[in-house]
Amino acid sequence: MITLHDIRKVFNGGKPNEFVALDGINLAIDSHKATVIKGPSGSGKTTLLSLLGCMARPTSGRIFLKDREITSLPERFLTEIRRETFGFMFQQFNLIRGMTTLENVMLPAYPSGEKHGVLRKRAMELLGLFNLDHKAASRVEWLSGGEAQRVAIARALINHPSVIIADEPTAHLDTKLSAEFMDIMGQLKAQGKTVLIASHDPIVCESEVIDRIVDMRDGKVVSTGSVR
Amino acid sequence: MAAIEKQRNIIEFTLSSLWKRKGKNIALVVVYTLVVFLLASVMFFTHSLKREASLVLQDAPEMIVQRLVAGRQDSIPVSYMESIRDIKGVQSVQPRLWGYYYDAVSGANFTLMVKEELKDQPGIVVIGNGVSRHLASMKDDAIPFKTYKGDYLMLQVKGVLPAASELVNSDLIQVSEEDFKKIFSITTNEATDLVLKIRNVKELATIAGKITQLFPDTRPILREELLRTYDAVFDWRGGMIMVILAGAFFAFIILAWDKATGLSAEEKREIGILKAIGWETSDILLMKFWEGAAVSLSAYLLGVLSAYLHVFIGSAVVFEPALKGWSVLYPQFKLTPFVSAYQLATLFFLTVVPYTVATIVPSWRSATIDPDSVMRT
Repeated sequence: MITLHDIRKVFNGGKPNEFVALDGINLAIDSHKATVIKGPSGSGKTTLLSLLGCMARPTSGRIFLKDREITSLPERFLTEIRRETFGFMFQQFNLIRGMTTLENVMLPAYPSGEKHGVLRKRAMELLGLFNLDHKAASRVEWLSGGEAQRVAIARALINHPSVIIADEPTAHLDTKLSAEFMDIMGQLKAQGKTVLIASHDPIVCESEVIDRIVDMRDGKVVSTGSVR
Repeated sequence: MAAIEKQRNIIEFTLSSLWKRKGKNIALVVVYTLVVFLLASVMFFTHSLKREASLVLQDAPEMIVQRLVAGRQDSIPVSYMESIRDIKGVQSVQPRLWGYYYDAVSGANFTLMVKEELKDQPGIVVIGNGVSRHLASMKDDAIPFKTYKGDYLMLQVKGVLPAASELVNSDLIQVSEEDFKKIFSITTNEATDLVLKIRNVKELATIAGKITQLFPDTRPILREELLRTYDAVFDWRGGMIMVILAGAFFAFIILAWDKATGLSAEEKREIGILKAIGWETSDILLMKFWEGAAVSLSAYLLGVLSAYLHVFIGSAVVFEPALKGWSVLYPQFKLTPFVSAYQLATLFFLTVVPYTVATIVPSWRSATIDPDSVMRT
């Protein structure tokens, strides 16, 4: 369970270009459920997602992960929580070009100090799960869009995260690949993982995998409700 | 164990990352290696020459007394010896006869010196390796010498001096006193200079003072002064090469600074991704440290190794003319390898440390960006 209390996020505070991205957000994200944060561009979806994923700190307000207040934690602890609790998928996949598929999948676990052989084995298992084991030695720029997306998912799962965070994951995918992505999210939810997606794509929002939609506009939560 | 594995994982990533930009990095290592090679070559070469010279000069007399006329060296009367020998502390005084001989045929200057062992063997010479090479003369060959009268004196080569002493004996020709006086117009009661043996080296300065008091037209030269002169000459030559290399060195610094400090948009994006997926700022800095260390250590090791081969196996072919002297007779010899920890440490601090620091500092700024920046771009 992630809880947000009166969250406000301001960029360039005190400067002429000050911008309030989030204002007065109170929200509770249920564990083992799939939640979509929906809204037009500039509504604050990505900012909210980055706060939920411990990537940024709010200007004011408090965030609780389970019962632990994480807002005031130093960077080192925040990074550790981010690495151990969350698996991230980005709009552009953000794979590191020039490196192999296998290396990209292993990357988030490198600082954990796990044995290289163990890591490699786990990464290969994940690639096998997504039928990509034959692409392990291929450089990521040679992969198709669908393959790159599955590599990004495998990378998000390498540290056994309990929460999967995806920012506009279907923005660059066609209908078939978007549906395939939602199937994978459904499987992850079935395994007990919490899924958090920022998107305004109907394929995502109307998917039967989704349990709850949080509607946002102008940095505020407009409505929130269960879809099933 | 986890800490070691973490280092290993980060090094693994660093090497992959370096290999990814292999064109840029190989070019950087090549230029870097060249700079280390040049610096190390000059350093190894001058140090070894100085060491070699000091070893050879260990057998040199403790003091040489010359006579000056109008500020220039002139022949010294042998009669001075008596008074000098009487000075307390002087063990022995010997006259020396030596001079320079220009051979118009080969265009080279030789050093002619009277050798006590050849005293009763007129018509015979012993030559240095450089002379032997230059005149293509070996044992039993005859060498013509033009005397001050204009006629020629044929002297037979009795032997060639050992190669080990070539640094200072390359252009040397040892002759008998009789032949020396035939070649140059020197009277029997004159010598080129006098060499002194002193019982206690601590008294050298006092004895030198007494000699100049007795004979104000003389100039005593101490062995330490000779050693200092050799040091200064090699330092000066090394310094001159360094000045020439300074241009190349600064060009490298600019190149290295540009390559190391100017993080490309791609590299900045990568740092953002790494932070977003769970790397700490310290992990990024560690990665950049290994990156700088891998490039600079490789260049350092390659540069030092190639300089070693160049100087001690290849006889420093690149710097030979400038560092050994401008004589027609270049000494040819293999230097005894002499590399001290001090030299290696100096080179290390001049090359590896600045580059590694230069790679970390700009990364610091990029590494401290918010991890969510990758989501907002």
